[in-house]
Amino acid sequence: MKTHILVVLMQDHPGVLNRAVSMFRRRGYNIASLAVGHTETAGISRMTVVVESDHVEQVVKQLYRLVEVLKVSDVTDDPTVEREMALVKLHVPSQQRAEIVALAEVFGAKIVDVSVTAMVIEMTGGPAKVDNFIDMVRPFGIKEMMRTGRIAMVRGARGHSGADLVDTGWQNDVAGAASAAAQ
Amino acid sequence: MSDKRTGAQILCEALIQNGVDTMFGLPGGAIMPFYHAMWEYRSELRHILCRHEQGAGHAAEGFARSTGRIGVCIGTSGPGTTNLVTPIADAWMDSTPMLAICGQVSSAVLGKDAFQETDITGITMPITKHNYLIKRVEDIAYAVKEAIFIATTGRPGPVLVDITKDALQASMVPDYSKKIFLPGYRPTYQGSKKQIKAALELMLQSKKPVMMIGNGVMMANASDEVMAFAERYQIPVITTLHGLGAFPQDHPLSLGMPGMHGWVHVNRAIQESDFLLNIGGRFDDRVTGKASTFAPNASIVHVDIDPSEIGKNVEVDVPIVGDAKLVLLSMLEEEPEETKVAQFQQVAAEWMVYVRELQAKHQHKQQYLNRPDTSVMMPHDVYAVLTKEMNERGNYRVVTDVGQHQMWAAQLLDWYRPRTHITSGGAGTMGFAMPAALGVAVAHPEDTVWVVCGDGGFQMTNQEMIVVVQENIKNIKIAIINNGFLGMVRQWQELFEGKRYSGTPLTSPNFQKLAEAYGWTGITVESGDQIEAAVQQAYATDGPVLIDFRVEREVNVFPMVPQNKSIGEMITE
Repeated sequence: MKTHILVVLMQDHPGVLNRAVSMFRRRGYNIASLAVGHTETAGISRMTVVVESDHVEQVVKQLYRLVEVLKVSDVTDDPTVEREMALVKLHVPSQQRAEIVALAEVFGAKIVDVSVTAMVIEMTGGPAKVDNFIDMVRPFGIKEMMRTGRIAMVRGARGHSGADLVDTGWQNDVAGAASAAAQ
Repeated sequence: MSDKRTGAQILCEALIQNGVDTMFGLPGGAIMPFYHAMWEYRSELRHILCRHEQGAGHAAEGFARSTGRIGVCIGTSGPGTTNLVTPIADAWMDSTPMLAICGQVSSAVLGKDAFQETDITGITMPITKHNYLIKRVEDIAYAVKEAIFIATTGRPGPVLVDITKDALQASMVPDYSKKIFLPGYRPTYQGSKKQIKAALELMLQSKKPVMMIGNGVMMANASDEVMAFAERYQIPVITTLHGLGAFPQDHPLSLGMPGMHGWVHVNRAIQESDFLLNIGGRFDDRVTGKASTFAPNASIVHVDIDPSEIGKNVEVDVPIVGDAKLVLLSMLEEEPEETKVAQFQQVAAEWMVYVRELQAKHQHKQQYLNRPDTSVMMPHDVYAVLTKEMNERGNYRVVTDVGQHQMWAAQLLDWYRPRTHITSGGAGTMGFAMPAALGVAVAHPEDTVWVVCGDGGFQMTNQEMIVVVQENIKNIKIAIINNGFLGMVRQWQELFEGKRYSGTPLTSPNFQKLAEAYGWTGITVESGDQIEAAVQQAYATDGPVLIDFRVEREVNVFPMVPQNKSIGEMITE
């Protein structure tokens, strides 16, 4: 199955994430990764979802059926910046510290906590780079790990701003069309 | 009007302002403030007390389906609202505009497993178009306005509003002026001109065209436009289960119903067609059979107001997103070259002659009707008399349940007017008919509402019979096609499981006595020669009547397409 990256803008209402995720579950779409957060526009959340599906068009249409979903874009084939963060807690005896520090430096990872027998490293990058880093540190003994899931943004001026989606001009269109249909 | 109102009063006023005049429901703890308030508004807001919330939900569906207006049902928190789940799911599958108003425990105890607390918004999320949990009196008026707007526009559907008891009890000076703001909800009504041109071009090139109309035509009140388009181009019209009545079946261009229990000539026409224009149907598997084998030679144009329906089950050549009525009007505005049109009409007429020959060869309708020995009462005999008596009197609407009787009704009764055939299609909800008929009868006191029901489904919701008496409703007549089996399952067991009748033989109460206990007129019919007198008596009686037709027990619905087979492979006997 093909992997798709969808960027979804939605109204920041209680339950909206539940609605989206529940739709994925009941229609049998497989979520590989999911990240949600606020955007530049108040009241709008942005979800980056990595989904495995051969019928991504249906996934997009079903997302649009949710009243609070404003915009869905499949950015899989667009030039994007993709980032993911991992926090990794390693079991590190003092004699191996230097080796780990060197490795972190190569990957541009940050050491955010050090204790007598452990270290917490923050690794941010494209998903492949994060995978690669985790493979490299795995032999040292990972005690805990947590990944945020992927976020993605299209490069260049074009993009997915929420601001232009909440203008009010369309309201009359809908009301007008509805009354036209009723006649 | 700057006086303060309780949330419950605001709820009543908001409902009235948004066009609601009839509601079906049951009270209970959390919803009590609403019932307290609705007493003041009873002259504008009629409440019909049902006996089970499922009945209230189906009644609201019947009201909505027969009028096109929003159907409203009410339940209290906990079991009151979980009982609404089945009708909500039914309304979801059949795109019925419905508003479910639910009482909820007070916000202070919400989430604490309070008495009669159920997460009804969570439960109904996958089966509503949208839902709300309202915890503040300030939000009630707007939620009602938005909920009804969403339920009745675009592709209609059920919307649930769950309101906490304290929000209903709190007071404020109401403000109904807030404008609807739904930046993520923009249904497309007008079809793309470019696509419409492409569709017509494709059609005019075809030699074996068919048009198939579904629930979307009914919802959009587009019957006149279907007629105008069909006559303009002389294209044969197929009506799905939910399309029955949207195109009069005695019209020379009408072919009838397709699908699992559709007519052989209709399914053959689809399979042989080279062009299929589907307006407002969703290519349900009961229509298409095995989807990959459906209409293999046809270019398909699919008109639907819901983009997600297009390409979901069947691949489409020309998708048109829009309202059935407006798209048809745009199609009628197009003016292709007259010579092309004339040529097309001629080709279509030749094709029609061929399809009519198929029909003459295969039409199944008469098989049981003209037989010499009528001592055995076949279901078909009942339908024949019903058809005759209904046609003589006119102004009928028929509500059917789910199963064999439903398919026979679709096949054997006559459908001329939109919104006169009301059934549970997508969800296939047994127990739908009796309560749904209550809603239809309330909305159409001038019509005779026939419930055609099986003995199994009838026993699921027959408690609503007493509501008919309490509300002094007289225009409901019930015909139970009583074969002592859960008949459709039995038919599958006979055909595919070596007659192992596991869980299908069914004992019923004496329905005549049951009817009488409810204050109805009850009639039992045990032989074919009594059918006519019984139906005439039902018509002559000024009040609700139930007729128990004890028909031949093991009769099958034919034609039939076995599950997951092509609709070209029909069993006919």
